[in-house]
Amino acid sequence: MKPINEVKMTFPSRSANEGFARTAAACFAAQLDPTLDEVNDIKTAVSEAVTNCIVHAYPDALGTVTMRMRLFGDNTLEIVVHDNGVGIADIEQARTPLYTTGGTDRSGMGFTIMESFMDSVKVRSRLGKGTTVVLRRRISRRAQG
Amino acid sequence: MPVDCVQEGRALTIQVSGEVDHHAARAIMEEVSRQLDAALPRNLTMDLSGVTFMDSSGIALVLRAYQHMGRLQGSMTVTHVPDQAMKVLKAAGIDHLIPME
Repeated sequence: MKPINEVKMTFPSRSANEGFARTAAACFAAQLDPTLDEVNDIKTAVSEAVTNCIVHAYPDALGTVTMRMRLFGDNTLEIVVHDNGVGIADIEQARTPLYTTGGTDRSGMGFTIMESFMDSVKVRSRLGKGTTVVLRRRISRRAQG
Repeated sequence: MPVDCVQEGRALTIQVSGEVDHHAARAIMEEVSRQLDAALPRNLTMDLSGVTFMDSSGIALVLRAYQHMGRLQGSMTVTHVPDQAMKVLKAAGIDHLIPME
């Protein structure tokens, strides 16, 4: 399916960009006239995906995070968050609630939040090459008032 | 600092405000921890009315404060939780562990 709109951006893995990334996603999603709850769900999931890049993909150095957002005609929003970082050895384990390698500052609930707030979450990863997370959410069509 | 404290006897209220994400969480956690060690409260109320965004970093913040209160043999309540933050905390089942109002 061909997207009706598309944005691609890259930014360094600085934690200050977490807020930028989720706000950009909210602005892009606004084209679909989402409810406040839908916007908040998207912001929360994007925050988790981007934080994973910053905390886990590039633990010791700055790297590049790429975020591609696409809108489709069936009101689906797709957000792809990609890094060229260390990769995930065991994706199933990484997605397990409470599992974290991030120490006591992290809850281990990032993927669980993404899964609860989006319609689908796909993760591809190769050790030493990087990780790609694909988030999808269909925005409800509201009656025109 | 997005952390304000009010102490009345052995009861401490900590108001957290702003965006609780990974970028902000460490400083907030350290301040909460410092305030708990200084006040040694019996009851902690964490007031989240000023929180404008929260992701899973907020789960860690609440859990760490709860564990800290456990070490102090005290209790903890979370109050004035905005809808977005409540959804995040409930997704983690925190509402089953800590009283929320």
